[in-house]
Amino acid sequence: MPTTRRQFLNLAGSLTVAGTIPIVTLRPLEATPAMLTAAIRNVVGEAPLRTGKVKLDIPPLVENGNTVPMTVSVASPMTADDYVKSIHVFNEKNPQPNIGNFYLSPSSGRAQVSTRIRLADTQKVVAIARLSDDTFWQVAADVVVTLAACTEEMN
Amino acid sequence: MAALINVPAKARRGDVIEIRTLTSHIMETGFRHTADGALVPRDIITSFMCRYNGTEIFRADLFPAIAANPYLSFFTVAKESGKFEFEWIGDNGYSSSASAMITVE
Repeated sequence: MPTTRRQFLNLAGSLTVAGTIPIVTLRPLEATPAMLTAAIRNVVGEAPLRTGKVKLDIPPLVENGNTVPMTVSVASPMTADDYVKSIHVFNEKNPQPNIGNFYLSPSSGRAQVSTRIRLADTQKVVAIARLSDDTFWQVAADVVVTLAACTEEMN
Repeated sequence: MAALINVPAKARRGDVIEIRTLTSHIMETGFRHTADGALVPRDIITSFMCRYNGTEIFRADLFPAIAANPYLSFFTVAKESGKFEFEWIGDNGYSSSASAMITVE
């Protein structure tokens, strides 16, 4: 039986559809809240995580997720027996939950760190401080991102 | 590679001073694709360290979520005149360093 024009177009159409599906599903995975929890547990271990002491300055609405200014500061006297050992920053929905780890010492004088980060989506950013007595303190901030970073195509 | 370092030239002993650093680096995340679908390999700075007269005073682990041309600002107590040394280490054997002098009165 000779192939009709209708049969041919049907076949070609379904092949095209089948061909596009893998491209659509090939999106990079996002870090899930479970990955965020696991990353935090990696740093904190089984220690209790308390809220307070830490301040996270980040704009609540950013137009471009490629450079988001961020400052973390911790209320601490920064003396030899009461200081901040480290500051850890995490995100919820980038492909990877870590943003940065910063290690301080009593000679830092002030427990404050600033940098610029990337955010791939509207999400929660979490900052955790480890004090010299090995207690952990956290704060979270929600950021709305209109242009996402990290996973866009190269030009 | 080019780095911009901002350290006060002079400080009084015991002052808390801010140190700001900026270095040029692409910080390729390793999660981006080219238009034809190939994954662009990761190329980031993974570690930053600052020494004050040989003693480490600040260290950072960086991840792909740090923006291109990493900017870092942190604080230290001005104890004595001397030299700040900065070092960035990254993927593919990347390494760069810079230094700045301070006079403490």
